[in-house]
Order: sequence, then C-alpha cells, then structure tokens
Amino acid sequence: MMQPFRTAEGGRIDRSHRVRFSFDGQAYSGYAGDTLASALLANDVCLIGRSFKYHRPRGIMSAGSEEPNALVTIDRGAGRIAPNLRATSVELYDGLKACSQNRFPSLRFDIGALAGLAAPLLPPGFIYKSFMWPPSFWKRLYEPAIRRTAGLGRTPAEADPDRYLNQYAHCDILIIGGGAAGLAAALGASATGARVILCDEQAELGGGLLDEPNVTIDGWPAPDWVREAIGTLNGSVTLLPRTTAFGWYPNTMIGLTERLTDHLGEPGSQRPRERLWQVRAERVVLATGAIERPLVFPGNDRPGIMLAGAARTYLHRYGVKVGKRVVVATAGDSAYRAATDLHMAGVAIAGIVDRRPAGDSEAIQSARALGIPIHNGMTISSTEGRNRVHSAKLSNGTDIIPCDTILMSGGWTPSVHLFSQSRGALVFDAASGTYLPSQDAVGACAGVFDLSTSLRDGTAAFGGEPRSFAVLGVPAMAPSEPPVATVPHRGAFVDFQNDVTTKDLAIAADEGFVSIEHVKRYTTAGMATDQGKTSNLNALTAIAGLTGQGIEHTGLTTFRPPYTPVTFGALAGPVRGDLFAPIRLPPIATPGAVQEDAGTWKRARCFPNAKETIAAAVARECLAVRNDAGMLDASTLGKIAVEGPDAAAFLSRIYTDDFTKLEPGQCRYAVMLGEDGFIRDDGIVARLAPDRFHVTTTTGGAAYVLHHMEDYRQTEFFAMRVWLTSVTEQWAVIAIQGPRAAEVLALFIPDIDLGTMPHMAVRAGHIGDVPIQLFRVSFTGETGFEINLPPDHAQRVWDTLRQRDVTPFGTDAMHVLCAEKGHIVIGQETDGTVTPDDVGLGWTIRGTDCIGKRSLSLPDLKRHDRKQLVGLLPADPAVVLEEGAQVTVAPSARDGLSGPSVGARNAQSVGHVTSSHCSPTLNRGFALALLAAGRSRIGTQLSVAGPDGGIPVTVTAPVFLEKTADRPKPSPRRTQEPLLPLADQPAPVVRPCDSVQLATLAPITRLSIRAGPAAGTAIGLALGVLLPTVPCRSVMTPNRAALWLGPDEWLIVAPESASELAALARKAVGDHPASIIDVSHRSQTLEIAGPCAAWCLNAFCALDLDLTAFPVGMCTRTLLGAAEIVLWRIVAEVFHVDVARSLMPYVRACLEEARLEFVDVEVVSSRPK
Amino acid sequence: MLLIPCPWCGPRPENEFRYGGQANLTRPAASADDAARGAYLYLRDNPRGRHQERWRHRHGCGRFFNCVRDTVTDRIASTSKIGSL
Ligand SMILES: [Zn+2]
Repeated sequence: MMQPFRTAEGGRIDRSHRVRFSFDGQAYSGYAGDTLASALLANDVCLIGRSFKYHRPRGIMSAGSEEPNALVTIDRGAGRIAPNLRATSVELYDGLKACSQNRFPSLRFDIGALAGLAAPLLPPGFIYKSFMWPPSFWKRLYEPAIRRTAGLGRTPAEADPDRYLNQYAHCDILIIGGGAAGLAAALGASATGARVILCDEQAELGGGLLDEPNVTIDGWPAPDWVREAIGTLNGSVTLLPRTTAFGWYPNTMIGLTERLTDHLGEPGSQRPRERLWQVRAERVVLATGAIERPLVFPGNDRPGIMLAGAARTYLHRYGVKVGKRVVVATAGDSAYRAATDLHMAGVAIAGIVDRRPAGDSEAIQSARALGIPIHNGMTISSTEGRNRVHSAKLSNGTDIIPCDTILMSGGWTPSVHLFSQSRGALVFDAASGTYLPSQDAVGACAGVFDLSTSLRDGTAAFGGEPRSFAVLGVPAMAPSEPPVATVPHRGAFVDFQNDVTTKDLAIAADEGFVSIEHVKRYTTAGMATDQGKTSNLNALTAIAGLTGQGIEHTGLTTFRPPYTPVTFGALAGPVRGDLFAPIRLPPIATPGAVQEDAGTWKRARCFPNAKETIAAAVARECLAVRNDAGMLDASTLGKIAVEGPDAAAFLSRIYTDDFTKLEPGQCRYAVMLGEDGFIRDDGIVARLAPDRFHVTTTTGGAAYVLHHMEDYRQTEFFAMRVWLTSVTEQWAVIAIQGPRAAEVLALFIPDIDLGTMPHMAVRAGHIGDVPIQLFRVSFTGETGFEINLPPDHAQRVWDTLRQRDVTPFGTDAMHVLCAEKGHIVIGQETDGTVTPDDVGLGWTIRGTDCIGKRSLSLPDLKRHDRKQLVGLLPADPAVVLEEGAQVTVAPSARDGLSGPSVGARNAQSVGHVTSSHCSPTLNRGFALALLAAGRSRIGTQLSVAGPDGGIPVTVTAPVFLEKTADRPKPSPRRTQEPLLPLADQPAPVVRPCDSVQLATLAPITRLSIRAGPAAGTAIGLALGVLLPTVPCRSVMTPNRAALWLGPDEWLIVAPESASELAALARKAVGDHPASIIDVSHRSQTLEIAGPCAAWCLNAFCALDLDLTAFPVGMCTRTLLGAAEIVLWRIVAEVFHVDVARSLMPYVRACLEEARLEFVDVEVVSSRPK
Repeated sequence: MLLIPCPWCGPRPENEFRYGGQANLTRPAASADDAARGAYLYLRDNPRGRHQERWRHRHGCGRFFNCVRDTVTDRIASTSKIGSL
C-alpha cells in the first residue's frame, strides 16, 4: 500500500513496523509511532470531517491536542466507541477503525453542508432569537430539531467494558509539560532530592525537541538529548507520558488522566484503560509550551490549510510531507523555518506571504537564499478549493498562487489554560501582545521562545544555580510582533471548532456586546471542548479592533477545566458496580429474605416462603408476633455509649426527658429535638450504671445523632464530663416480640429472671454461653425483648431461636406493628417540621432545659391548627391508602378549621397520609396522617386522593389496637437448652502477590479510652503502654499498643480479654472521670503489606503516605473510598486498616481492585519486565 | 478538593470534614424573647469574603474547630481550636 506523502527517510516512526488501519471503511497503512493524523496525511487523506454548525469540509490544522477540526470517532467494538477524538492525538495501532463525524450521507457529499448556504440564518444567538414563540413549540418542534443537529459524534449505548483506576498522589513539584523547559526543570528539581512528577500529554516526552533532529544540545541531536535526559531522570522523577493535566483545583490539586491502553491494538480485558491522578503538589511548574495561532483570512478553514509549526512536526517527527505545493502565510519568522525545512525535503514552496515589511533575520535569509519567493506587506484575501484548497489570492488583488497547502502562522500563544484555572493573575505582555502567567511558568508558556534560555530557566526554576546548555542549529529569529487590534476581514474563521467567524464577532459588537465574557457566551467562541486553544487570542484581537478598546483592556475569558476532554470512565474511576457505594450487611445472614435499603444498610423487608407473596409474608409475620413470637434483626439500630459523671445531665439536654432520676437498670423512650423544636430522632435511653448510659438511635439517624451530640458536647456543654462512643457494630441485636417471647427465651437464658424483669428494663446476663445485655422493650405492644450480643454469635442465636419456631420478621411487618400501636417512625411521621405535641408525644417533655424546648413556645409552634397525628380508617376495609396522598375536605364540609379557603369549589387539602398498611390483626387497611387541627377532626369523615377519585375515610385516634392483656409470665426454667454451635467462617480467597499482600487479622481486644490527661496517664501506667499525647501517633510495646485518635480519645490494642483489661483500666483511673469501652467486636483489621502497599491504599485514600509524611507508628482515622477506617503504619511497608465489620467487604473489595494490577503482572508472567 | 488544616491533625483532604455552619453563635437563654430566639434559629451571615465558620474533622480526630474562610476564593485564612483565639 502506498503512502504517497511519506518521506524516504527520517522521522521517529518505526518504518519496519507497518500498521494497518481504516478511515470511513477505507483501508490504509501507516507506521508504528504515527498518529492517526500523520498516517492520514501520509496517505493523502486531507478531508477529515465536517464542521459543527455549517458542515464545512475540514482537514487537519495542527499536530497536537489543540486540533479544532479533525475530530473522529474511534470504534473499538461494543461499549468502546469514543467520539470526538482529535486525530492528531490518536496513536495508530494495528486494526484501528476511525470514522468521520457530522456528515450525512458521506463525508464528501454532505447534505448538512447546505447549512453553510443558510449561514446568514444562523447568526450568533440564533437560538435565542429564532425560537422564542410560541412556548409550546419549544417542546414539540424547536428542541427536538436542535437536539438532532447539535453535538458531534455519537456515544456508545452499551456499558463501558473497561476498568479505570484512581490514584491520589503528593509531590513537592509537579512539572506539567515534558518539552525542553519541562525536562530542564525536572533535571534541576531532581538534584534537590524533592519528590517530582513530570507529566506530558504526548506519547513521547520531548515536546518540540522531537521536531528538531538538526538542532544539537550539548552535542546531542535534540531528540537524543531528550533520551539522555530521560535516562538521568528515571528513578528519581516520576515520569508520566500520555498523561494530560486537565484541571487545576483548589489548594493545588491537579487532575491528570493517564491513558494506559488506548494506544494498544489489544487492550485486554483486565488492564485498566485510564488512571485518574489527583495530585496534591507543593509547587507546580507549567512547561505547557505555546500554541501557534491561525491567521484570520477569508476561507482560512479549507482542508489543506494548516499551522506552519505542525508542518514541521509532521516532517521531522512523522516523516510526512503535508503537501506538494505550499504557500506559507505568516506574521513572524518561525514560519520561515517550516518553509526552508519543507523545501529541503523536496516540497515546492510557492511563496511566503508575510504581513510585515521585508526583514533580514537568519531565518528569513535562509529562505531567501533558497530562492523562495517572498511577498512582504501582504496577506491572503481569499482561497479556493472545495475539499482541498487549490489556490490563494493575495491582498494586492492580483496575485493568485496555485497550491495544495497553505501554512499559516499568526504567532504563538502561551498555553496559560491551567494557570488561568488556578485563578492566577495573567499579565498582558505588550511586547508579544499575549497574556503571560505571573509566576510558575517556564519556557514558551512564560513567553520565552529561545531554546537555550528555556533550558537554562528550566534548570533554575527552583532557585538552584542555572545551568547553560550549548544549543546549535536554531537560526536566529526576530521576536514576533504583537497582534494588532484590527477590524478583521468579514467571514474569516476565528473559532474553527465552534464555527465562529469574524462576522459573528462583528454582529456581537454591533449589538453592543463589549465584555469578552459576554461575547464568548453570545457567539460560543472559545467554548466547549476546545476552550479557545487556537482561537482565543484571535477572537480577542478582533473584538478589541471592533470595539476600539485595545487588547489589554479587552481581557481574556476564563479558561475552564478540562484542558482537553476527559472520559466519564476516568472520572468515575473504580467507583462503579460493587464499589459504587458500600453495601452494609447486618451480622445475621438471611438468605431468601426480600431486602431493602435502610440508610446505608441492607435490611430484610420480609421472609416469604416458597410461592408466598410479599403481602402474604408480611401478614403472616405480623400475626406471628401478635399470637406467638417473632424476631427481627435490629442490629442496624445506632448505639451510642454515653459515659461520664455528667452523662445523665447531658442526656437530659439532648433528649426531652429528665434522666437524672432514671435508675440503673431502667430504660426510657426518648425524643430528640433540634434547636428549632422539631423532632430529629427517637430511641431508647438505658442507664447501665450511674455514670454509664446506652442510647439507641434509628438506623438511618445513627451518624447524624452522634454528630449532633458531639456538637453540643464539644461546643455548648463543654464543661460537662461526658464521652460518646459509637457501639453500633459492637453489638448485634435480636428483637424478639410476642406472647411466647419470654417463654422461648427462658430456655436459653440462665441468669436473668424473665418473669420478674419489668417492662423498660435492662439486665446483663448470658444466652447460652454468650454474654448479653438484655432489654425488655417493645415497639409492637406485645411482650418484647432485645438481646444485645457480640455479633459473632448473632447467627447461632438466631438459628437456635428459628429452630424453636420463632418467626423471623422484617421491616415491613415492623412498620405495620408499630403503626397499629400508633408509634411514629422517624422520617415517616416526621419530616423536620413536626413537634412532639404534633404527634402526641408532648408527654415526653419532662426535662427542664432540653435543646429545642424554648422554641416550642414560639407562636407558630403553638398554633391550634398545626398538623397533628391522627388515624384514618377507609370506609372500605379492603382499601389501603397511598402513603403521601393528600387528605381533603369536601367544599360543603368546610368547617373553618382548614385555614384560608382557596378556590371555594375545589376540595381542599388539610394534610397527608404518612403511613398506610393493611393490618392482618384488624383485617383491614388503616393509616396514620398528619392533618391540620387533626385531633379536633376525630370522628369526622374526610376524603383521601386516590387514583380513581376521593376515597372516603373516618378520622380516628392514632391507636388501632387496644393495650394487649398482660401475658402469663414464665416461671424461671431450671433446665437450660444449648445453643447451636458456632459455625466456621470461610476464609476469603487471596491471590498471592509479592508486591502487596492482604490479610484479615485474627480478632484482638480493643478498648476505646476517653479520658482527661490525669486519667490517661493512670491508665497508661496500669496497662504498661503510655497513651500518646502527640496527635496521630501510637505507642507500641511488644504486645500492646495505644493509638491517639483524638485529643481525649485512644484505642488500646492488646491480647488479654476485654473485661480483664477494662477492669484494670477502671481500677487505675479511680475517681478521675473516664470512659472505658470494649469495642473489640466493632471493627476488624486488615493488614496490607509489601512494597506497593502505600500505592494501593492511595488508590482510595487521599492522605500522603510517604514515609516522611506518614511515618512508622502514625495512626489516624481517615477515609478509604466511602468507608471510615483507622489507618496505622506498623512498619514501613505494613499498614493495619481497622474498619467497621459491616464495611469490611467493601474495603477489602476496594483494596483487591487496587491490587489487581500487581496480581496481574505475576499471573501474566509473559509480560516483559 | 480543599485541603483543610485541622488544628490537631494538620492539613487533611476536605472529604474527612463536615461543615458546621457559622461560628460564634450565642445560644440565647431560655428567658430571651421570641425575636432573639428566631434570630438565633434562622438568621445567618452571608458575607462575600471572610467568613467565621465551624468545621468538624469528622473522619479524623472528631473535633469541631473554628475556621476563617474566604467565600470568594475558598482560601482558608486560619483554623483554631474551639475556645482558643
Ligand atoms: Zn483532626
């Protein structure tokens, strides 16, 4: 296969490695090392796509990521279709399939190009102007039509089969750009011993040096100097080619995407496609170079019209001649190098059209010496050619030069996108007429275009001694003249990607748009994925000319991230599927149960038998509780240990009740208010000892309640001596309810007399051999107990009770049973605007100054017509009302209670249904509702909105079951039954890997110590391990450790039994206030070890884990993905990850995912090292 | 992601923290009138620029602390332990 525009030799392509590819179904071949653009040019493919708005034919304008025209779709099979890729950035691989975009039916004959004829009808702001009226047309006509024609490319419909990774990284210096200045900066930085990362968006580091085989640096041809520099940097600097720095975020967090497989013919199923780097850098050095500006002349967008520098890149890096007969149009000297280099390669240069008067720099003299005709003081006034340019007409009006290529050079714009994103100050440089970063930039990005100066500045970027390099072979060039604010030719393209012409800018100026930010939005210049890379300064120059306000007074628009488009896959990273969010499972496995989400947990809704419907299962479960015995896994309820001498006083502020008179061993239902007097949560407060309370919260409210309590403990009632410790996962809870509950429990509980244990009491004892805290509480109105026990034993107790025909019930039945008794459910009957009195809980307010009590006397909270909780009974008992449905009064039934009348003929809402169920006990539907002045409506008839009109209901008190008769009390059992044995846990399968190992450690005793300094010292001495006072540090002895977790919080890890250790600590503190709580079962420990352990953790954990930042012995709570963990460095390459047991599967899966790339390396042993 | 200097633990990524609202609110006594109560509940500063606010190092040391943050630039001028200046 021919590659007619390929040079005979030269370039950095591998000519021994031919690569086949297709474009729009046509087969071509290129070489390894080509981009799609260079390979297409080599094959004389000049027409690549159609423009966005006018469907004009477009070719390749650049050789880099600034390309606005040559956007293609790459098809790698199902789910792997990537639209809008720049052909100039797509690396060629064998079998690559590319398609053009935005054309129908074909690229050469495109119907949409008719839009070009209709261009006068598509002025800036045409959407606002054309589609204003009537509004109904928007939905039916305008919007679908606009949506059909808008946008480029198509997105795949299938799920993305690729994997994506994330990496948090920290460094002292991040160098963005691996050209001359960037490499020199890396050389300078690496000498300082700093942590340095250098990234570059291209496949090969070197930037513009790769285009300069005839330039030598210290005697090396420039590309070879690059190779030597990389060799020096390897090992001391993290070098990231194919990695785009796309965004600058607060506190110097830089987003990078590293492309790992897009350049491979066989991406494989396991290798991740991209890695998102979130780099926190002390310093950033921008070595992002500069982008050449197009010249603004009519017809400047035809295929075959290209930037002059790009032509040099294609020649020197890819061995491609961009044309046979070339006109060079320029406003500076650098384009002369393109002319002479192409001439030397055998390309005819038909002329150089230079806007400026004749000059005599070395670059110009070289061109002149070669006999290239130079037209000074002239520009191009128009071009001809349909699918490729074939002539250029000069501004003298007479000369028409036939050609197949026009190279243009309007000067160079420093790439300040990232600096602008950082909100750094851009300074207008009058000499170059461009905006420059005020700091942090080197090389062309800083406006330095001389190679040896760039190299020297780079090495000195960090205050070090500047190092000079001997640079030979770059002809001397006059500095570029600044762009001049002029009224441009009408109809020349400024923003090629968004199809914005000088005419559009003129219309905007005529219509009074002066601010560059307004012009950008009105005309779309500089918007979308291009972010004005080639267009920004030209648009600015034009607007400055049109408004007469000068370039420096016009200003730049703000550049937005991303610099180049970022895939959704990279942004989502591994946070998909099972890792999208942690799924927390309760300690009791309930196979066959229907599950629901409750907060972050999965809970069993009900337990249908074979062929049983959900409704039937719920009914059966409810009746089992009412008539026999049922059990619920209530482990997900939040539990907080509240300890200290002032615990009772503290809780009397937090909850509405007065707990100072609660006796040890007693419990009480408790309601928590916000300062505004509205109910936030409810639960049970149990006093275990004078200074020790156990508080339960709702499942979904657990985290909030602890946060709320901590807020008051730390910032309002800070003088109180009290501590809060979450023990949610320390205890599994089995709630057993029903007339047979006491009888069946008595079979297994030897040391608590269930017959005499009063309602609302708590006792310590055993079930079988397992220590428990037993609560006698009920949310169903039936006799009820809640067994709090170590989670490891929950399954065997559950299974034992199951064998005694205790019926498992789920949350659905729980809700029915609660509602039958009129018990509120937080989040169902409450919504943040409900007071205790509204739901009949005014009696719970017995404290003297609880939080929110004062607000209850605000006028609005005392209004007689507030919504109040009532019951509703549908006239038809078979009807179950819709939760959330409006409750209405008929117009005729207006009673003056319903507030101001609106639309007197219509029924008016007086409230809504909050809970609605079918009661199997009552054998009918019933509901709870919040109704305005609801209590005064009891006995009246109302209507509830239903799908077929109003449903008649009767308002009742919110209690549907009368108090259940006292059940016969069981006599204490003399003979005890054994529990089922403890089942073995299957060990997780671990794939071996030397780089990083993962292991779950055996259970060990953990005590949470909360204490002041005196008690802390006493405990430390008693336990033989001093409690560290330095934040985030641990003290380790051969068999114990104390970890600092907060200024009055430590974790003790030790081999003894928890009770033994706690007794020792309690004895040591004496009269000093302290809280010592066994949290051994709350969490489990994962050990991650090996040279890549820190790297794997950093896939999900944002902390700096370098040994200097996170030394051996450091410990802290932090996040791993969405899970809170305690991270502790035992030795340099071994970390312990302490994680709540319900989050262990998630954390393990996260670390397994991070580990996969290392495991893979060893499994796929054929991969070269 | 902001980097927030916890007065105890040092600079940490934003996702470890939970915002705690405006700082230095004084909880009025129960005897204060309804207007004072209403203002305490519902009226907050909304400055353009420096804002005194509270954060909690929720997934860290658990401490509430005071913070001065510029609402325009998101720059944090200082953080301090509750009760200290
Ligand atoms: Zn902290």
